[in-house]
Amino acid sequence: MKILVCVTSVPDTTARISFTDGDTKFSKAGVQYITGPYDDYALSRAVELKEQLGATLTVLNVGEADAEPVIRKCLAIGADDAIRVNAEPTDAYFVAEQIAAIARQESYDLILMGRESIDFNGGQVHGIVGEMLGIPSFSPVMKLDIEGTKAKIAREIEGGKETLEASLPLVLGCQEPIAEWKIPNMRGIMTARTKPLRVVEPSGSDSLTKVQKYELPPPKGACRMIPAEEAETLIGLLRTEAKII
Amino acid sequence: MSVLIFAELDQAADGTGSLRKSSLEAIFYGAQVAGMLGTTATALVIGSAEAPELELTGNYGATKVLHATAERLAQPNNMAYATVLAAAAGQEGSSVVIIAKSSLGDAVAARAAGKLKAGLVSNVVDLPEGDAASLRVKRSIYTGKAFAITEMKSPVKIITIRKNAVAPQTTDAKAAIEAFSPTLNDQDFVAQVTGVEKATGEVPLTEADIIVSGGRGMRGPENWGILEDLAHALHAATGCSKPVSDLDWRPHHEHIGQTGIKVSPNLYVACGISGAIQHLAGVNGSKVIVVINKDAEAPFFKAADYGIVGDVFDILPRLTKAVQSAG
Ligand SMILES: Cc1cc2nc3c(=O)[nH]c(=O)nc-3n(C[C@H](O)[C@H](O)[C@H](O)COP(=O)(O)OP(=O)(O)OC[C@H]3O[C@@H](n4cnc5c(N)ncnc54)[C@H](O)[C@@H]3O)c2cc1C
Repeated sequence: MKILVCVTSVPDTTARISFTDGDTKFSKAGVQYITGPYDDYALSRAVELKEQLGATLTVLNVGEADAEPVIRKCLAIGADDAIRVNAEPTDAYFVAEQIAAIARQESYDLILMGRESIDFNGGQVHGIVGEMLGIPSFSPVMKLDIEGTKAKIAREIEGGKETLEASLPLVLGCQEPIAEWKIPNMRGIMTARTKPLRVVEPSGSDSLTKVQKYELPPPKGACRMIPAEEAETLIGLLRTEAKII
Repeated sequence: MSVLIFAELDQAADGTGSLRKSSLEAIFYGAQVAGMLGTTATALVIGSAEAPELELTGNYGATKVLHATAERLAQPNNMAYATVLAAAAGQEGSSVVIIAKSSLGDAVAARAAGKLKAGLVSNVVDLPEGDAASLRVKRSIYTGKAFAITEMKSPVKIITIRKNAVAPQTTDAKAAIEAFSPTLNDQDFVAQVTGVEKATGEVPLTEADIIVSGGRGMRGPENWGILEDLAHALHAATGCSKPVSDLDWRPHHEHIGQTGIKVSPNLYVACGISGAIQHLAGVNGSKVIVVINKDAEAPFFKAADYGIVGDVFDILPRLTKAVQSAG
């Protein structure tokens, strides 16, 4: 059993978002990078499956060298080895192509990743990878069990959940509560330093989409405060002023 | 040539399909794009639906609706639906495909992009600019903390839109119904759906125009009645903060925020939610935000349009009464 977990290196959830170079570049100054929170769920479940099934676990990142701390952290949490495709992850199709190229060489039984990255929030890479490899893809997966060559899956749908069964290989986009986030321990951190991290160059075509410019939302106007004793007037304001009820 | 829109059905227990509100928005969006490109809009509906429901796509600007009803398609299936969508795009010679963001729509968009080698941009918040060769779209990124103006130049372009990307205006026009039976691929039917659990009679969060949402300030699941009363009075859906679903006070599919569901309703009412940045990230696309919190320093007030400093246990029942008495 071979498991691949694809991870992103993304600004911390509390990061201040700003842009430079005439709003054409994300400003990395002072920004702390973390493993994508959804990718962390995927990795945590993969580590559990690895222990349970005796699988091998590889992490893959499409990103530049500054993503390596995040990759090392994944190794510390329990991945056996890592691959970094040395390229800026410019669009979902491009990233999916890189993942599919590696997966074709290595034939993984299970490819897990977060349901979406928290920078571009596309939520598209797992589906495109599945299509490129000609295997099923499901997202957002909140429960995953492997029995032999079958996966039992629960995924969230609008207002509820769907359970399904499918044969491996599969590509899955994961979210909570598939597993609890794992924190690396001291031994993990030590061994992570010497685990193999292979850097490969990208293949295939260019991105199909290109960001021309970034924008920040307009500043929010002042909040109109309504005294608690006059709370009922809110309803009138929503009707006549905001005109939304 | 035509702009193709994947219009998703909600299937009632008796099997009758009705078009999702978000899909009607997508049709209107697609028709606007078609107008801009000097072509027409075609809707694709997969699954069982009556003729009047299909014709409704015309009210929103589609001139034609392709209806695929093969037995095997009755159950939503991202792979098979992407195969049908790609076939429809081929038949119509579509260079632009529009899909409303949803659990199914996202997956169909991604798989279709893989098939068609199409550029794909998701979470688009406004109509595009440009022409058929090069479209520029505005997408929400960093969970609503910023936008990216993105250029799409591939021969086929797929756009998924966020709720409220357009405000539809309707006409009496009817769409012509055309049966559509492309070749299906057995490989698309290998997974087995073993069960669907769905709250019935509730407005799904992502479709809701109004959301009333509760945080840890509600103190426990037994207190949700006052929040649900206000939600019913406003015909709203209910949501919650992450700790609330972590504590199992509310089901996970109500969890809103950066690591939960992202919403962009007309009105978001936050009750006893502090307004942590990760929660705000999921709601900052809302048109109007109302915050009710007993702490005047709660960060949520900075992101609000209307605020009440007060106790939810006092304020919520009074608001419900005010809605009801105003009729
Ligand atoms: C990586 C990461 C991802 C996260 N993702 C999310 C996410 O997606 N969504 C999310 O919501 N959170 C998320 N969080 C958690 C987030 O940081 C906050 O902890 C959480 O949003 C707080 O929830 P809360 O406002 O319900 O609770 P609290 O912060 O405990 O706030 C309760 C509020 O209720 C008020 N209150 C108490 N009693 C009353 C009363 N009687 N009447 C009126 N007001 C009252 C209090 O003044 C307080 O402001 C994430 C955190 C991390 C680290």
